[in-house]
Amino acid sequence: MQSHTIKTWAWVHKWSSLVCTVFMLLLCLTGLPLIFHHEIGHLLGTEVEAPEMPAGTPHASLDQVLDVARAQYPERIVQFVSKSDETDDIWYVTMTPTPANTDDFRTVVVDARTAELLPLQPRFDEGFMWIMFKLHVDLFAGLPGKLFLGFMGLLLLVAIVSGVVLYAPFMRKLDFGTVRRERTARVKWLDLHNLLGIVTLVWLFVVGATGMINTWTDLVIKYWQHDQLSSVLAPYQGQPTLAQAQRAPLQQSLDAAMQQVPGSKLSFIAFPGTSYSSPHHNTVFLRGDEPLTSKLLHPVLVDAKTSAVTAAPAIPWYLTALLVSQPLHFGDYGGRAMQIIWALLDIASIFVLGTGLYLWLKKGRTAARPQELHGDAKTIAREATP
Amino acid sequence: MKNRFLSLWGWPIVLGLLTAIGLVSALFSDGGFGDQLSGVCLGIVTAVGLWFSFRR
Repeated sequence: MQSHTIKTWAWVHKWSSLVCTVFMLLLCLTGLPLIFHHEIGHLLGTEVEAPEMPAGTPHASLDQVLDVARAQYPERIVQFVSKSDETDDIWYVTMTPTPANTDDFRTVVVDARTAELLPLQPRFDEGFMWIMFKLHVDLFAGLPGKLFLGFMGLLLLVAIVSGVVLYAPFMRKLDFGTVRRERTARVKWLDLHNLLGIVTLVWLFVVGATGMINTWTDLVIKYWQHDQLSSVLAPYQGQPTLAQAQRAPLQQSLDAAMQQVPGSKLSFIAFPGTSYSSPHHNTVFLRGDEPLTSKLLHPVLVDAKTSAVTAAPAIPWYLTALLVSQPLHFGDYGGRAMQIIWALLDIASIFVLGTGLYLWLKKGRTAARPQELHGDAKTIAREATP
Repeated sequence: MKNRFLSLWGWPIVLGLLTAIGLVSALFSDGGFGDQLSGVCLGIVTAVGLWFSFRR
């Protein structure tokens, strides 16, 4: 590789890394507890469990469940009801002041069989895990925060690609995995940076790319509604959000949706006027029961007034990409072994970021002039590292 | 030439392929073979990183 080509790539690697490193360190650190959020929830006592009952105990009407939730927070409205992946026996009812997106929410947890409040009513909008989650997702800055972190993710991808390009001139004369511990600290950390960088390469690229895609969720949903639902919702154009008093029982919407897509499970229902629905519909998001289809959602728009299914559109490729991105980012789809590996690779990534920062800080003013470039690994290393 | 390429990129390519197989195979499995294959593939990648990092 020509020396000026190396210098160009080194410049790209240096600046793309430097700009995003602090944020990436934050994301790696806050992501670590999020990998184990279920386990930490058990430890902190926020993980809800339904009491044991005979298998096949019938479920109460969803409207009874809603009544119980509304009694807890009469001044709030319901935005979503959802089921967890683990059990069918618990309803999570998300309640907010208005249908608008907000961090001011309360979650009411109700037994699906008895329509009674579960003894444990955890607050999901406060505490250590909430802080970790918010720092990881949007820096407490809403959509601008998400998009900013998405841009940092893009810079990470640039840093990874340029790092791979630079791997060749650095490692030309070294065996894979060489760490020259006997040399200066700088050389040792450079070798570790290159080793862990190349080991975590594909994993970090995938996690970085899917994380970046996840930051676009709100925009992708908006685009989907504009792109795919505008024609479906044309008859409802200009009508205000359907008042609570005019809505049919929610159980009817759920039943209609389940009949529309047999063999599916409920993920969540978005209420009229919320970001995942229209002003007139309960949008029921169903998922398949196969390993892969369980990660994909089938939206069914049910008229909240008549309980008739208005549409059950197939999701477009960009929503499929978004939904497949989620497990690939979270590492929550391969059992305990995958969680542990996710954590180890996350820690390795912290080392890559940390050693990169160290190499830049230690570089000082020792940058070689172009004519000093002889092409040997040692000089290139001095020249090209951030 | 070929040997030089392989000596430089052989390991990275193998590790990259193992990571890709590990990430994808678990998507098609729910506690079955795909998850085990994923654990083995990603486990090898992680073990290689640890081995070379701590080798004296």
